[in-house]
Amino acid sequence: MSRYVSFRDFDWVLLVLVLLICALGVVEIYSATLNTKFAGVHLKQIYWILGGVTLMFIVSVLNYQALLERVPMMYLIAIASLLAVALFGHKSLGARRWVQIGSFHFQPSEWVKLVLILAMAKYFADTKSECSAQDIVKAGALVGIPMLMVLVQPDLGTALTYLPIAIMGLFLGGMKAKHAVVILVIGALLAPVAWHVLKPYQRDRLTSFMQPEADAQGHGYQVIQSLVAVGSGGIFGKGTAHGSQTQGQFLPVPHTDFIFAAFAEEHGFIGAMGVLLLYFIVLMRLIQNAQTAPDRAGAFVVMGVVAVLAFHLLVNVGMVVGFMPVTGIPLPLMSYGGSSVLFMFLALGIVMNIRMRRFVN
Amino acid sequence: MLGREEKVSQLRLTAVQYVLLGVFLVLAFGLWRLQVARSDYYNTLAEQNRVKQVPILAPRGKILDREGRIIVDNYPSFSVLLLRDQKRDLDADADKIAAGLHMPPDELRARLKRMAAVPGYQPLFLKDDITPDELAFIESHRAELPELDTITVHRRLYPKNGFMAHVIGYVGQVSEDMLTQPQWELYNPGDIVGMSGVEQYYNDVLMGKNGSRQVLVNSRGKEVGTLSDVQAVPGKQLKLTIDLDLQIAAEEALEGKPGAIVAMDPRNGEILAMVSRPAFDPNEFAVRISRDEWNALMTDPGKPLLNKAIQAQLAPGSVFKIIMATAGLQENIAQNLIVNCGGGKTFYGRFFKCWIAANHGSHGSVGISKAIYQSCDSYFYTLAEKLGIGKIAKYATMLGLGQKTGIDLPQEVSGVMPSEEWKIRNFKQKWYAGETISVGIGQGAVATTPIQLAHALGAITSGGVLVHPHVAFPDQFPAGFKQVSTYNDRVKFTLDEDNWTTITDAMANVVSPMGTAGSAHLPGIDFAGKTGSAQTISNDLKKKLGAEGKRDYKDNGWFVGVTPRRNPEIVVACLFEGGEHGALAARVAAKVIAAYVAKQRSVQTNVAKANQAAPGNKQAEVAAVWHDGDAKNPDKLQAGRFSVPADGAAKPVSAAPGVEADEKPIPAADLEATESHAEMAHPEAAAVPDPAGPKPDLRPAGQPAQQAPAKKNAGAPIAPPAVALPRRQP
Repeated sequence: MSRYVSFRDFDWVLLVLVLLICALGVVEIYSATLNTKFAGVHLKQIYWILGGVTLMFIVSVLNYQALLERVPMMYLIAIASLLAVALFGHKSLGARRWVQIGSFHFQPSEWVKLVLILAMAKYFADTKSECSAQDIVKAGALVGIPMLMVLVQPDLGTALTYLPIAIMGLFLGGMKAKHAVVILVIGALLAPVAWHVLKPYQRDRLTSFMQPEADAQGHGYQVIQSLVAVGSGGIFGKGTAHGSQTQGQFLPVPHTDFIFAAFAEEHGFIGAMGVLLLYFIVLMRLIQNAQTAPDRAGAFVVMGVVAVLAFHLLVNVGMVVGFMPVTGIPLPLMSYGGSSVLFMFLALGIVMNIRMRRFVN
Repeated sequence: MLGREEKVSQLRLTAVQYVLLGVFLVLAFGLWRLQVARSDYYNTLAEQNRVKQVPILAPRGKILDREGRIIVDNYPSFSVLLLRDQKRDLDADADKIAAGLHMPPDELRARLKRMAAVPGYQPLFLKDDITPDELAFIESHRAELPELDTITVHRRLYPKNGFMAHVIGYVGQVSEDMLTQPQWELYNPGDIVGMSGVEQYYNDVLMGKNGSRQVLVNSRGKEVGTLSDVQAVPGKQLKLTIDLDLQIAAEEALEGKPGAIVAMDPRNGEILAMVSRPAFDPNEFAVRISRDEWNALMTDPGKPLLNKAIQAQLAPGSVFKIIMATAGLQENIAQNLIVNCGGGKTFYGRFFKCWIAANHGSHGSVGISKAIYQSCDSYFYTLAEKLGIGKIAKYATMLGLGQKTGIDLPQEVSGVMPSEEWKIRNFKQKWYAGETISVGIGQGAVATTPIQLAHALGAITSGGVLVHPHVAFPDQFPAGFKQVSTYNDRVKFTLDEDNWTTITDAMANVVSPMGTAGSAHLPGIDFAGKTGSAQTISNDLKKKLGAEGKRDYKDNGWFVGVTPRRNPEIVVACLFEGGEHGALAARVAAKVIAAYVAKQRSVQTNVAKANQAAPGNKQAEVAAVWHDGDAKNPDKLQAGRFSVPADGAAKPVSAAPGVEADEKPIPAADLEATESHAEMAHPEAAAVPDPAGPKPDLRPAGQPAQQAPAKKNAGAPIAPPAVALPRRQP
């Protein structure tokens, strides 16, 4: 089949848009770490991006159908890797999220996301447009099991990113409105229980964004500093390496989770809106690729990537502007971090793969 | 794979697009709200974040003695800050830090735990006033322990061992709750202000004005730049009237004895020395006094925080008899009063003992002079009865008893001078005539402070001039300082010359073998004074308490002495709590007097200075003593200083206090006499080779002489023009 595949059908526009976002991210990482002990990590980010792009091209020439056929095995490996984290994980900041292989820190929860996207696609590819209650339970379990395993790490943020994969799958899988209502009702009933299970610091994080001033020096501190950074940026921003909140290290982790706040401070409303618009165009472009996907599974895979990317964007930027709690979810393509970058490019590789095969069948 | 599967619902894909558009719009609104709508508000917050006001602390002014010697200085001191950088495991470093700073590690951990709730960007003051080796520890561990930092603070350096502590006082931080009190309301919390002594009274002179620096900081408080700089204005130095040499002598004299010493120049009210015992160490206040230390000072029965020189109100005992004598003589009662002391006397049906009764004796027939130097109680009981409380109170009040002297030190107390009005006002009771008898010997309700007695007896021996006691030179105050007084106010009262002579001569006999303080006699010094011993509880009560009462309630010893006896240069009041005998207090005061005289005799005179400075000078200052006798006082001498110009006409620059120079201009003819006395004086001085050693008193007893006749360097190189010129005058 690969003889029908051509890089002429590669989505170069999407790649350019994505690399543009990455470039803005690298500049902001450079600026935010300029006077810190992290200075120079923007170079590492460039290496990660180059590695990601390479990976993307490799993945794009493999047939995604072959990947889908191996989903059961990949799913088992994913579960096993999460178990490995729980048993041998490297404890950092109170959570076991990393396994060390050689000198390489590996965060399996990122890759599990990709496996889950493929698993959902595989599952719904075989169903009809009607989605039965049984399908809902099965698909829910497929996502729910790894989600619970990540939750006990504990990594609430990453666990939550699995949720949109399930929601997107169920929605496109043809879930009926009455089922959705039932799930919402059950969710509402379980919410107090879930609240009880949460650790106190997690509860504080979830509530402090609503009233950050109530605990301005504690849990509200990050929220307030982020709002001050974004707000003081004004319309045109303070300029690269001139954001007082970013450069004075008032803004917490300005090169990872709060990179959008740092960017908004230094490049203002115009710059921040530009980045938002780039993300929006990328998402629309991805949905367009889903519409032209050669088969149902392909569309599901692309929409799974859309779900993850959109959710990250909503939660991260929402956190930065004070609409969402601080959950430790990075902004894909901009935030510093190898796992996140490689995941995005792998996902994009699969999207390209699907796009390049749009005329195959 | 063949045969198209059912495709994904296009409708639902479109729905997702609209949802994403919604997300985009919500996030865009979020950005607009912060960056456009409320941008100014957040800009202000960002500025507050990054700009920090750092106060530049103004060092307090130095405190100097009358000769410009430094008494209180500042020293730069380092305080350790703990920057609680979250990247450091402080608990792991705690042992190392504790060892380096000599702190118990448990205490450090406990403090870290307590401060855990405080946000990390606020540094924690670990230790104030660290030692050089602790500073070296921090400097050498900059890399290993980056969380430690130091700041420089100017701290007060007070003399050791509580030397002069009560006069100087101490400084402390203005706390939040102090701001509600009127005397502190103008200060800011955290300001270092004087809390007692001259540190408090002259705080506005000493304090200076803090500057401030606006610096750019990062979230860890690390400075990354400076915006503006307002320099601190250091406090002004304050020159005290205290003479360090005399203060040292007074401190040594009172060492180990509870009580107080005040030495004052009765000519101008300048306090030359002031001591209170027991003392406290103000250096403990300069850093941060611990609660335990503070409580110990507050509950100490010896009341170390009290400046007893101005705050102890006690019965003056027999010292009061000088005031009684003044009243009795001025009222023309005492001159001809002869009392037969039978070891006491009976008044209003009650027998009042004379102190001599305890020695199984009596004073026999007593006149005013003997009554003073033998301190005969019977005489003063009788005098008190004859005067009545009204006249006694009039004279005592005129001499400043029962009122504050107005000294420039905080918390002076007024003491009590009872009178009929006083009793009605305070007790709503009539005055009983029997109460007057005890007042006659300074007991009963009379309560005085050492400074009041020095003030009053200084005025009597000066012939009736009350001065305003003060410890700082008013002409040294900076411009704009609101001066309460220039301290040159004088209150004169009438004291007839005969009475003055009688009292002062009797006072001189007190320290002679005839008197109550013969052991305090100073050979070669015209020393006069009055002893006192005052009961702290009544004799009856003491008897009831037995041995315990005798130990715990010993009589207080008092002595107020002057030199010379008339127109004194110095008056010394000494309170020796539990000293029992006035003679013991007299010996303490005598040491101060001796130190004063020794110093005066060793000081270079202006004559010698003028000589050395300009040999060809046409002016010279000469000290002289001349005969000023009349029929009543054939031996009377006067003393003064004269500036003798080269062209022949001499004029006095200053006359002896008590000698009304303006009223009695020295006639030119008198200069003949002056010269001869001047010439006479110098060979005497030359005969004394060792200026520091004791000198024979060359003055006839009872002669008021302003100048000590023998001065270092004064004898041999007497100004040639000064001596030569008068000779050319026919």
